[in-house]
Order: sequence, then structure tokens, then C-alpha cells
Amino acid sequence: MLALSSQLNTYLFLAAFLFAAGLYGLVQRRSLIGMLISGELVLSGASLNFMAFNHFLAPDPTVGQIFTLFIMGIAAAEAAIALSIIIAVYRNYQTIDAEDLHDLQG
Amino acid sequence: MKPTLLSPDGLSGLIFLALVAVTVAGALVAVAAQRLVRGIAGLSLCFIGVAGLYYFLNSPFVAMMELLIYVGAVCVAIAFAIMLAEPRSEDKVGKTSGLGAVFGVIVGGLAFLGLALAGRHTHWAGAPSKLNSGSITEVGKALLTSYSLVFELISVVLLVAIIGALVLAQSGRDK
Repeated sequence: MLALSSQLNTYLFLAAFLFAAGLYGLVQRRSLIGMLISGELVLSGASLNFMAFNHFLAPDPTVGQIFTLFIMGIAAAEAAIALSIIIAVYRNYQTIDAEDLHDLQG
Repeated sequence: MKPTLLSPDGLSGLIFLALVAVTVAGALVAVAAQRLVRGIAGLSLCFIGVAGLYYFLNSPFVAMMELLIYVGAVCVAIAFAIMLAEPRSEDKVGKTSGLGAVFGVIVGGLAFLGLALAGRHTHWAGAPSKLNSGSITEVGKALLTSYSLVFELISVVLLVAIIGALVLAQSGRDK
């Protein structure tokens, strides 16, 4: 139990858990910010996978670190854009509930 | 070989287990909390745990960046957005459709099972030898040589994202 940190499978299971939790949140959350939070969890699961494979399997251990840094940059840009879209939507509709955001009745 | 609890290996194993627990608990709070503010607190807890795991994966620089960018910037930005746009009536947030939750559990559970089984049953062939140590010096060299184009491109992406966020947030300001 105490030697778990040196096994690849520990990290893979944890990354799979983060991904699954994010997926659950994406399906179940109704507000746009909740969906954004779940999306960040999915991205962090992917990063953890990259770092684990980078440490245990890759011949060049810088590649995974650089990939993770790029994922962080893209996630920061995505969060900034998504938040400003959410703020704009809130100004127009006075709500961020995904089920109330419609103009057409049907 | 099993490390005893009070040896250095045992203590680091204990810290690792604590980090795993923090990550899992944070992720659960982030997706299941009724109020979005608690969700964002759980998300930052989860990111702190993931940063510790990066430290165990021999990359302290990425761990530091995880703390700075995710906990320090992304979570704080989302917290500000929650303050600006959180729905006022509490019952609206709490009213999750039961069908959505059941469907979410099914989808998430299937994804977890599939990924975990795939990870467990694949034979991962490790590289026979490492090219370098993966230290921060090597990361910096690789960023400015092999990945210099990507490095420049991501700075352009971030610039466009900043301008786009400003433009989007400004439109409809006088409503």
C-alpha cells in the first residue's frame, strides 16, 4: 500500500477517475460554470496521464512535461473565453442555467 | 520488499496516499456540491492534490506551474465569475433532474471502468534507456529548440484569448 507511488497503474486509475468525475459533472450539472469546472477536471485527468507515461515509459522525459505545460496554457485560454461568454450570456438572459437559455419556444 | 511505516519510503508513501485522498475528495466535491462556490473550492483542492502527484512524478516545475496557473489563476477567475453571475435563488441550483444524475453516473462509471481496465490489461513497454534526466534545465532547452514554434504559437493563442475575452465581456455592457 505504501509503495503505490512507484506504480504506473495508480496514476492511470486516478486519471481515469478524474476523467469520469468530469464527465459525470458535464452530464449532470445544469449551470454553465458547473460545466466549465467539470471540463477542467477532464483536462486535468488528461494531463495526469501524460505526466505518468512521461515518468514511467517515455524515452525523453521532457516531452510529457512540455505537453502538460501546453495543456495548461490552452486550458487557461479556454477558461478565460468561456467565462467571458458566460458573463455575456448572463447579461442577456439573467441566468446561466443551460435549460433556460433559449429564445424559440418549442 | 515492503517499506515500513517510519522509514523515509514509508513516510513518502503515506504523503502520496494523502495526496490521492485529497485529489479524489476534491474532484467529488467539485462535481457534486450543490453550491458553485463549494464546487470551485473542491476544484482547487483537487488541483493542489494533482500538483503534489506531479511532484511525485519527478517534475517539480510542472507542479509549481499547476499551483500558479490552475489554483492561482483559473480557480480565482471562475470564483469571480460565480460572484458576478451566480443564480440568486438557491432552489434553482439544487434542482438537478434525477434523470441527468442517473445518466451521468452511468456515463462516468462506464468511462472509468473502460479506462481503468484498458490501463490494467495493456502491457506497457518501457523505454530501455532515458535520453536525459527530465530536469528543468532540459525542459527549458527543449522549449527553446525543438518546441520553439509551438511555444510562440501558444503565446499568440493566449494573446487572442485575452483580446477575445475583453471584447466578449464588453459587448452588451450597457444592458
